[in-house]
Amino acid sequence: MSPRPLRLRKISNPPVISGLKPYGTVKNSVKTETVFLHLEEYEALRLCDHEMLNHTQAASMMAVSRPTLTRIYSRARRKIAEALVIGKQIIIEGGKIYFDSEWYSCEICGCYFNNPDKQVKKILCPLCKSQNTISADIDNLK
Amino acid sequence: MKVAITSKGNSLDDKLDERFGRCSYFVVYDTETKGTEFIPNPNKDAREGAGPASVQLVASRDVQKIISGEFGMKIKSILDSLKIQMVVIKDPEKTVNEIIRMFN
Repeated sequence: MSPRPLRLRKISNPPVISGLKPYGTVKNSVKTETVFLHLEEYEALRLCDHEMLNHTQAASMMAVSRPTLTRIYSRARRKIAEALVIGKQIIIEGGKIYFDSEWYSCEICGCYFNNPDKQVKKILCPLCKSQNTISADIDNLK
Repeated sequence: MKVAITSKGNSLDDKLDERFGRCSYFVVYDTETKGTEFIPNPNKDAREGAGPASVQLVASRDVQKIISGEFGMKIKSILDSLKIQMVVIKDPEKTVNEIIRMFN
C-alpha cells in the first residue's frame, strides 16, 4: 500500500537567497557537499525562529497540522546543524509546497486584491489609491 | 505599468467579464501611454487548463495587475510566483472604461 499523499504546505514568503556557502578552512572534499533544505523547512524555520510564532500558529499559517509542522521544523534544524558542523553548503529548493499571499479589501470601492510584493508594507487600494484597506479572507466570499 | 482587465466584448463600453480563464477578451491598459490593446482569448471554450494558458498569454504582455471578477484555484499560486497582483471586483455591471478611469 502506498503512503497517504502529502498535504501541500503553504509558503507565504519565498526566501531571498537560494542558498548559503561555507568559507574559511574547510577540507576541499567536504566543500562541494550540499544539504538540500526544502522550501517548506525554510518556511517553518522562518515562522518559528524569525517571526517567533509558536508551533500551533505556524502550523495554521502553513495549512498543516501541528505535529506535521513540528516534524518539518525538526528536519530543518537537523539539516542546518549538519551544514554548520560539517561545513556543507545549503541549497534551498524543492518540497511539496504552493505559494500564497494574503488578501485585502478596500472600504471605499469595495474591491478585493492581494499583495504579491511582501516588501511593500503600506497597502494602498490598486484602484482608488485609498489607504482604507482591511485584511480579508477571500475563501469566505465564494 | 500595464494592467490587464477581463472584458465581455471588444469595446471600452463592454462590461467586466466575471471569469478570468474563459473571459472573451483581455484588455491590456498601459497607465503611462494611456493606450489600450484588446486581445481575444483563445482559451474561451477550452475544456480544461484555460486558467494557466491565459496566465501565460497575459504574462507575456508584462502586466503587473490583473482585474477580473473571479480567479480559479490553479491560478493564484502561479500569479503569486510571477508577482502579478490580482484585483477582484464583485460588481458585474462595471464597464472597462469605468475601471480604466479609476487609474487616472
